[in-house]
Amino acid sequence: MIKAKNSLGLVFFPAFDWAISPTHPEREERLLYTRDQLFEEGIADIEGIQFYNPIIAHEKDIQRVHFCVPNVSSRVTDSHLISAGGAIKAMDAVMKGDVDKAFAMVRPPGHHAQRVVYGDRGFCVVNVEAVMLERIRQDYGDLRVAIIDTDCHHGDGTQDIYWNDRNTLFISFHQDGRTLYPGTGFLDEFGGPSAYGYNINIPLPPGTGDEGILYVLDHVVLPILEEYKPDIIINSAGQDNHYTDPLTNMNFSAKGYAMLNSRLNPDIAVLEGGYSIEGALPYVNLGIILAMAGLDFSNVREPDYDEEALQQTKRTTEYIKKLSHLVYSRWQNREKLWAEDIKGKDLISLERQVYYDTDGILENQTQTFISCDKCSGISTIDSQSDGGYHIYAITIPRDGCPRCVDRGHKIYKDISSGNYTNIYLQDRVNDAYLAK
Amino acid sequence: MIVGLDMGGTHIDGVIIENGNIINTIKKPRDGKDIFVSIWEALEELLSNQDTSKIKRINLSTTVSTNAIVEGKTTPVGMIIQSGPGLPHDFLACGDENVFISGYIDHRGKVVEELDLEEINSTRELFIKNGLKTCAVVTKFSTRNFDHEVEIKRLLGNEFDHITMGHTLSGVLNFPRRVFSAYLNAAIHNTFNQFSHSIKKAMMDRGMNTPLFILKADGGTTSLAQAENKPIETILSGPAASFMGLNALLKTHEDALLLDIGGTTTDIFFLVDGVPLFEPLGIEIHSYKTLTRAIYSTSMGLGGDSSVRVENQGIRIGPRREGPPYALGGPMPTPTDAMIALGLAEFGDRKKAIAAMESLARVLELSMEETARNVLDTLGSMIKSKVDQLLAEINSKPVYTIHELLHSRRLKPQRINLIGGPAKCLSPILEKKFNLPCYYPRDYAIANAIGAAMAKLTQDITLVADTQRRILTAGEYGIRERVGRDFTIEDARKRAVQLLRYSAIDQGAKEDEIETEIIEESIFNMVDGFYTTGKNIRVKAQIKPGLIGDLRV
Repeated sequence: MIKAKNSLGLVFFPAFDWAISPTHPEREERLLYTRDQLFEEGIADIEGIQFYNPIIAHEKDIQRVHFCVPNVSSRVTDSHLISAGGAIKAMDAVMKGDVDKAFAMVRPPGHHAQRVVYGDRGFCVVNVEAVMLERIRQDYGDLRVAIIDTDCHHGDGTQDIYWNDRNTLFISFHQDGRTLYPGTGFLDEFGGPSAYGYNINIPLPPGTGDEGILYVLDHVVLPILEEYKPDIIINSAGQDNHYTDPLTNMNFSAKGYAMLNSRLNPDIAVLEGGYSIEGALPYVNLGIILAMAGLDFSNVREPDYDEEALQQTKRTTEYIKKLSHLVYSRWQNREKLWAEDIKGKDLISLERQVYYDTDGILENQTQTFISCDKCSGISTIDSQSDGGYHIYAITIPRDGCPRCVDRGHKIYKDISSGNYTNIYLQDRVNDAYLAK
Repeated sequence: MIVGLDMGGTHIDGVIIENGNIINTIKKPRDGKDIFVSIWEALEELLSNQDTSKIKRINLSTTVSTNAIVEGKTTPVGMIIQSGPGLPHDFLACGDENVFISGYIDHRGKVVEELDLEEINSTRELFIKNGLKTCAVVTKFSTRNFDHEVEIKRLLGNEFDHITMGHTLSGVLNFPRRVFSAYLNAAIHNTFNQFSHSIKKAMMDRGMNTPLFILKADGGTTSLAQAENKPIETILSGPAASFMGLNALLKTHEDALLLDIGGTTTDIFFLVDGVPLFEPLGIEIHSYKTLTRAIYSTSMGLGGDSSVRVENQGIRIGPRREGPPYALGGPMPTPTDAMIALGLAEFGDRKKAIAAMESLARVLELSMEETARNVLDTLGSMIKSKVDQLLAEINSKPVYTIHELLHSRRLKPQRINLIGGPAKCLSPILEKKFNLPCYYPRDYAIANAIGAAMAKLTQDITLVADTQRRILTAGEYGIRERVGRDFTIEDARKRAVQLLRYSAIDQGAKEDEIETEIIEESIFNMVDGFYTTGKNIRVKAQIKPGLIGDLRV
C-alpha cells in the first residue's frame, strides 16, 4: 500500500441527514459522491491517513466568536455545532502532534458568518474556522495564524471577525465582488486600526483559471506568508472556483486545487463552499487530500477536463498580473498607508448594511474601534435588524490591556437597556461572555 | 446429524452432532500429509460406524486457501486493471503480469471513456505468449457498473482456465482491495479447485452425496460450488471456527468480550447483542488488504507459555514463547508456572514451577506467592489494556449522520466468554480487572469443530438504485437492471432480500435457516438545478450470521 509523506488527519462528516431545504445546494447529497470516490480510492487504507469523528462544539465556543441574536440556542443547530466541532477535532489532532496536517470535510460551511448572527447568510450560520481557531487558542495559547480563503466567494464573515486582529492574517481570493455574492472583498478593505494591512483581498475576474490562481499564490500569497511567518496556515478550502460549479464563473480545476495546496502547504484545511457535487467535489477533495498527504496527485482529473478549453484569456492574465502587483505593494506599504489613513484617530467607525440572503434578513450596523497604545483596543457594534432586534455588543480582544478590560466592562454595565433589545459583552481576556 | 471438521495449524478436530448432542469426536495432530488426505482420513475415522445417509451436511474449515497464499503456492496471474483517474496506480501491480488499460467509469457508474479493444487484444496475446492460464480483471467503480469487466472477460475468450472479475467478489467500494482480492482469488483458484475435486471424488467413491459447506472468515459457510468460484472467501476460517465454537458453548444475546487464551497467543473477539462484530472492510492476509468479510479479531502475543522476565523491577510477559513452561521442562518461567506454583493448576513439576517463580521473586524482593500472583495480575492487566484500546477504536469508527453522532450505540461488553488452557485460572483475575462476569466451558477441546459444524450459511448484498438513470446494480450478483422512476427504498429492501434468499437456497440453505436483515440503508434526493430529478437509494442486507440450533452441554 501507499504511505503518506505527511501524516494526515481527516474529519469527514457529510451530515447525510441535514439540509437547508430539500433542493437547496447545501443538502444531504452534497458529499455523497465525494464519499464514494474516497472510499473507492481506498483513502482509509493509506498508511498515515487517519479518520476522526467530529466532537460537538459547545455554546461557549460559539460565544467566543459570535453574538448570536437573541442567543446561541435559537440560531445554532446541532449541525452547526458538529461542523465546527469537526474542524476543532482536526486542528486539535495537529496541535497534539497526532498528525502533521488535517483536513476537515464538514458541512454546513461557515466563512460568511460574521460577528453578529441574526440567521443564515451564504449558507453559513457559524464561522467554522474562527470557532475552531479561538477554541484552539484558548486551549493551547495564542498563535500567529494565517487564514487563506480559497472559496470563490469573498470570506466576508472571516474578514469581519479578524478585521482588527494582526495575529490573524486573512487573505481571500475570490471572484470579483462586482460579479458575485456577497459583493464585497475589495482592495481597500484592509483591516481595522490595529491590524491595518492584515486583511488582504484579491478580487479575480470571472474566467480565471489554474494559471491565474497559481500566479496569485506565487506572487502575492506565498511572499506575504514568507514575511508574516505564521505558526499555523489554515486553508478555508471552498471548492467553487471549479469550472463546473453552478453558482460561479471561474475555471479552476481539481489539479489546480491540488497544486495550490501542495504549494501553500497548509497545516489545516476546512471545506467551505463548492456545489458541483458530482463533477468537482469528488475530484477536488481527493486532490487536496493527496496534496496535503504529500502524495502524487498528477493522476487526479475530472471526467470532462479539457485543459485547452479552460485556458484563461490573455487579457485576464494581464489583469491578474497588475492586480497582484498592486495587492503586494499595498502589503509592503501597509505602515505608510496606516500613517496616511489611520494615524491619530482615537476611534474609527464603519457603517454598513448586511444582507442575510439565505434567511432574508437585513441588518444595519455601526462598528466602532477604539484605539489603544497597549493593545488592539475594544470594539463595539450597534446593530438593528429588520426582524425587530436592536443590539449593542462589546468585544474585549485577546490581547486586551487591563484598562481596556475595565473599560469594556464599564460600558456593558453603564449602558442603558432602554434603547436596546439585547446587550452583549465578549471578554476574550477572561474568556467570558455576558448578555442582558 | 451434522458434521464439523476444522483443520488448524497443529490439529484436526472433528465432531458429529445430532439433535444438539455430540455423538462422536475426533482430535488428531497434523502430520506432514497433503491437506486433502489429512481431512479425508479424519473424516473417514469420524464417520466409521455411522450411517452416512443420515448426515444432513458436512461443514469444513480448511487451511487450503490460507496456506496457498502464505506459502506462495499460487498460480501465476495476469492482471488487467482499469484504474481511471485518481491515485497513482503502480502499487496495484500485484500480478505476475500487470496491464493497466485505458477507459474509465465514474462514481455514478457512467462510462466516461470507452475500452480500447486493441489494448485488450494485445494484452490477451501477451498473456498467452507468457504462458499465463489465469487472469483477473478489475475496473474502478465496477461495483457501480461492471460492463467493462464483463466485456474484457468476453474479449479474452476461452484461452484461459480461469478469469476472476472484481465485481463478483464484493459490493464494497474500495478499488485497491478489489484488485488484491481478485488477484488472490485467481491465484488460489487452481489449488482450491484441486482440493474440492478430490473431496467430491472421494465422497462419490464412498457413495456419499451429502451437501458440503466450507467455513468462511466471517463465521458463516458457503456452498462448495460457490467456494470453487470464490475461494478467497475461505481464507482465515480458523479464528472464525474457534469464535463460532465459543459461541456454541457459551450462548449470549448481550455485548460480550470473547477471549481465546492459548499457549502462545490470546485472540480477542467481540459480540454486539450476541451477533459477531466484523472487520469494517475486510481481512488482511499476507499483507494484502482484501474485501473478504471477516470476524473482527486481534491476536496478542500473550499466553500461558509466554516467557516471563523482570525488567526495571517490573514483570514483563511475552510476546515470545521460548518453549513449554518451566514446570514441563521449558527454559523460562511462564504464567502457567505461576498457576502451578499457586496450586491453581495441577500438572507438571510443581517444585520446578515454584523454583521458576522464586527466581523472579529474588529480583523483585517479594515472596514466591506474591510474585506468582503478580505474574497473573500482570497478564490480566495486559489483556485489559489491549481490550480497552480496541474498544476505544471500535467506538470511534467514523459515522456520517448527525443522528449517529449524537445517538450512536457504543459497544460495551456485559460479560466475558473465555476458552483455552489458562481460562479457568484466569477467570477470577479477569472478573476483577474488567468488573464483568466471566464464563468458560468445561470442555473446549473440540470447540473449533463444533463451531464449524453449527455455522450457518451467510451472504451479504450491497444494492444501489439510481432512479434518475433508472438503474439498479448489485455487482456481486451480476445484477444490473432497469427500475422505474417511482422505485422506492421499500422496493430496494425487497429486492435485496429476494436476491439474498435466491442465492442462499441455490447454495443449499434451508428456508427456515435464512434470517435476513437490513444492515444499512440510505436515500438521497438527486437534484439538478433546483429540481429533484431522482433518488439515490442504497441498501445493504445480510443473512444474519449465527448458529444453527443449540448445543446441549
